[in-house]
Amino acid sequence: MKCDMCKEGEATVHLMQIVDGKIQKVDLCEACAKAKRVTDPTAYSIADMVLGMGTEAAASPSRPKAERRCPSCEMTLSDFRRAARLGCPQCYEAFAEALGPMLKGMHKGLQHVGKTPLSRKKEVLLEERLRLLRQQLQAAVKAENFEAAVRLRDQIKALEGQKDSKTPPTREDPGP
Amino acid sequence: MTAGGERPAPETEGIVVTSRVRLARNIEGFPFPGWSRKPERLRVLEKILPTVEALPEMKGGASHAMDALAALDKQVLVEKHLISREHAGKNVGSAVVINRSETLAVMLNEEDHLRMQAIRPGFCLEKVYALVNEADTRLEEALPFAFSSKLGYLTACPTNVGTGMRASAMLHLPALVLADHMSKIISAVNKLGLAVRGLYGEGTEALGNLFQISNQMTLGEREADILGRLKNVVSEIARHEINARATLLEKSPRMLYDHIGRAYGVLAHARVISSKEGMNLLSMIHLGVALGAFGRLAAEDVDRLFMETQPAHLQRGRGRSRLSAEERDALRADLIRSVVGRGEPPKLDIPPPTGESPKTT
Ligand SMILES: [Zn+2]
Ligand SMILES: [Zn+2]
Repeated sequence: MKCDMCKEGEATVHLMQIVDGKIQKVDLCEACAKAKRVTDPTAYSIADMVLGMGTEAAASPSRPKAERRCPSCEMTLSDFRRAARLGCPQCYEAFAEALGPMLKGMHKGLQHVGKTPLSRKKEVLLEERLRLLRQQLQAAVKAENFEAAVRLRDQIKALEGQKDSKTPPTREDPGP
Repeated sequence: MTAGGERPAPETEGIVVTSRVRLARNIEGFPFPGWSRKPERLRVLEKILPTVEALPEMKGGASHAMDALAALDKQVLVEKHLISREHAGKNVGSAVVINRSETLAVMLNEEDHLRMQAIRPGFCLEKVYALVNEADTRLEEALPFAFSSKLGYLTACPTNVGTGMRASAMLHLPALVLADHMSKIISAVNKLGLAVRGLYGEGTEALGNLFQISNQMTLGEREADILGRLKNVVSEIARHEINARATLLEKSPRMLYDHIGRAYGVLAHARVISSKEGMNLLSMIHLGVALGAFGRLAAEDVDRLFMETQPAHLQRGRGRSRLSAEERDALRADLIRSVVGRGEPPKLDIPPPTGESPKTT
């Protein structure tokens, strides 16, 4: 097996991690692994460091960026800082990075546990199951129980399919 | 002394003046009111208003477009705690719907698309929550509320996200103020994640010795837990107030009776009273009533005076010409005198002055 980085050396370091519920495998040669200092397989966002395929949130937070803008209401981050009020419900996603520490400072937790509208209960339950399965997957990978990991991954895929099919009605609904 | 009751003592009745719960909700796909242009606000209003007006709770109630309300009527609603001061400043594109008994009010296009609140006299946070929650459950059947499974109800201000719930109790704490214990209590309560503020007056000043205790955190905690915590803290503060009254009666009756007696003297005879003086003195009369010093004056009489002597309430029913501040102060004095002065002076019997420290203020 060749190294994913240099495509030359023989890969002897095999890393796995879960990013957004998906297993990412990275195989490196001794030299590349050392160069990237990825000796701890549980290290945060290895895949991102090595292959640049991680999520945004996993990226280095200190990197300066062009001003963010909510795609829905056009509010910018500095608009928000000035007004101390968000522009629309979608702003919570658009400014998630900036809001994270802010919410952490002002609230008891970062996960809503209160009332849920009846129409959203099914969806919330689905999310909760997904969260649980992802945790199990992580544990399975860590324990190198790949059989279980594959099974869990398939389950997650199936549930994610259910979730996605809700939004665009054009796709076939696999049914409950 | 009765032992170990979990329920708040009946004495809290005069101490916890009102209980209030407010829920903030927004409609998916629309910008929040503060970031909307007029046509967008009007579209949201068109969408929500008929649904809110059709609530069974609102049968026989009132619905007002904010641009159709006179400034005075808005101010009266503010004094009744039915709309916020901010909402009173709103015009086209905002509205308020209030039920017949004025216990439920829904502000449309305040800071959020919907701000619904239930308010009742006394210590009844659960009851008040049930009232507003029921309305919310009915509304969510018809309106697509902005909600995320992670962050809960999405609100214009991140301090409200999650449950969108602000629960509060208004407390009358004259003895704790007289005994100078309030700053200690405020910092203790703040440590529990609850906010304390004077209901009237700026900054730390609390006119009429009225304080509002409310939850600050809305995310990561269930409604029932937030309400439970608030309820415990409010009961605890009310108990402190009861203890402070007992201690004052025992240790400094002269100081305590001097405050009540002076308040009576001024209110029974004065011809000009400012709103600030009125509130502070009525607070002392209220305390006197609670201590049984006034035979013919009831707590409700004092509460009514408190409301009726607010500026907009005084102006109401006096025709078109705006009262000047001097005229208002005169009217206020006359109104209070007609109620407080008609009864007998307070019975303030000081026990034999053994070891009483001659304390003055
Ligand atoms: Zn390599
Ligand atoms: Zn936005």
